[in-house]
Amino acid sequence: MSEYPRVLPAGDCSAVVEFGNTICEQTGGRIKSYMHILKQSAPEGVAEAVPTFRSVLIQYDPAKILYGELKQRLEALAQNCTSDDQAQGRVVRIPVCYGGAYGPDLAFVAQNAGLTEKEVIGRHAGREYLIYMLGFLPGFPYLGGLDEKLYTPRLETPRVRIPAGSVGIGGEQTGIYPLDSPGGWQLIGTTPVTVYDPDREQPIPYQAGDRIRFCPVSEEEFKRIKESGVWEF
Amino acid sequence: MGILIEKAGIFTTVQDMGREGYQKMGFRVSGVMDRRAYTVANLLVGNDGTEAALEFVMQGPTIVFEEDAVIALGGGEFGASLNGDPLLNDVACQVHKGDRLELGFIRKGNYGYLAVRGGLDVPKVMGSRSTDVKCRLGGYQGRKLQDGDRIGVLPVEHAGVNGGKGKRKLTGMFSGHHKTTCESEASLVPEVWQEKERNVTVRVVLGPQEDYFTRAGIQTFATQEYTVTDQCDRMGFRLDGPEIEHNEKGADIISDGIAFGSIQVPSHGKPIIMMADRQTTGGYTKIATVISTDLPKLVQCRPGGTVRFRIISVEEAQLYYRIEQEECKKLKDKLTLL
Repeated sequence: MSEYPRVLPAGDCSAVVEFGNTICEQTGGRIKSYMHILKQSAPEGVAEAVPTFRSVLIQYDPAKILYGELKQRLEALAQNCTSDDQAQGRVVRIPVCYGGAYGPDLAFVAQNAGLTEKEVIGRHAGREYLIYMLGFLPGFPYLGGLDEKLYTPRLETPRVRIPAGSVGIGGEQTGIYPLDSPGGWQLIGTTPVTVYDPDREQPIPYQAGDRIRFCPVSEEEFKRIKESGVWEF
Repeated sequence: MGILIEKAGIFTTVQDMGREGYQKMGFRVSGVMDRRAYTVANLLVGNDGTEAALEFVMQGPTIVFEEDAVIALGGGEFGASLNGDPLLNDVACQVHKGDRLELGFIRKGNYGYLAVRGGLDVPKVMGSRSTDVKCRLGGYQGRKLQDGDRIGVLPVEHAGVNGGKGKRKLTGMFSGHHKTTCESEASLVPEVWQEKERNVTVRVVLGPQEDYFTRAGIQTFATQEYTVTDQCDRMGFRLDGPEIEHNEKGADIISDGIAFGSIQVPSHGKPIIMMADRQTTGGYTKIATVISTDLPKLVQCRPGGTVRFRIISVEEAQLYYRIEQEECKKLKDKLTLL
């Protein structure tokens, strides 16, 4: 019998439900399913659940439920989760204007891959990426599934400021910077949509378990979307 | 109207209990470091306990009140004076328009709080008024306070205070030649909550990654003394002391979530305790977690102090949690009766 899923204490107000010890779509799928189950039927006293690559951190109020009972409840709920839960994850479309001033490192990524810039765009935008978790910055997605051909080393000297909306590649990962931030990723494009909007009902338009598809747009479309703010994710 | 921050101090921010519910999107919780001192100060002024207050560290602010207000100080002691007369922690105090509250350099403890009846009026961002300085959101314009900032105070009926109709009577006299009244309420606050020791023992619950350490490593952790270094801020406290030995599994894990009080041990073997502004996830092994009842003790232990860890069960920790909740409730009831 597998040692997972298992529940461990993380102090008196948190517990962690572990589903594995690897980064893989199967574990990611189980966690997505578990988050869905928690949303429907979280034990009383549970305040927050934080999914990661391999686990879910549960924060709870021990005045309402004690660890022993919580552990049992969380274990029981974990029996119901499945790994083929992909149907529940949405595909979120993110428009990207690639290259030029919008993606100053596209030429380097192309050169490094031995591809044309157009081919890089085709490969980057030609698939869906599973969001394993959000972290590092609000809304920063840890995405799986980048085309191996596009793996590119990080910048030797990180940039002091990467503007919000930048889309980049760092090593084997690709992602979006939702806020201005220092960073060492190769920037290949920019999205005109506001990824992080504290006043929107969902401040971040995607969540762990969703998939992201990058949709290439021209400079004109970029400006139009940016000005109108209209985009169907 | 409200309060004028004449001098801001070193790192003064608006905080409440933090931004709950958004960690799954990568938002840190933020919120006050010493939840107990903050809650008590709020209760003393007649608030429900979760209204936005000021938090300061090392050098406190100087504040001029631009309207009458009821205030209380809590947590670290900063040699406070109101119009030149000393003002103690853990008492409610009526202040008047034009009064000046001066907080100096830290004398005892580490993080201080100023609660105001009604609570500070900054916009709620995603359910909280806490400042997340790193992400520039919440609090006062998403940043630490600067000289000359002005912050409003919420009217009591808008703050949910005592169900909106609270009119706590303030009795007693504070400072003879002033029309300032104050209660001798400090005696109501349990003495152990007011302690600010330089050498503390905090209780911890082992895990979730205690299986990444050797038996000797756990032994070191549970018996040796650690020093609070000056690399301590709202994000985490770095301690120095004997190396805690990992086993063959090493010091890195695939990232998982981090609780308030999680004790990370990277490969250098020295503990880092994760605090209010911690990032939501991390990839270092966590040997144990400081129990919430003892977090205030740790928070109030400033650089140069020492920390020892005592391992207890999660069941025992939750018993202390419930006792403290009861004490808080009793304090609230007593104050409502006054």
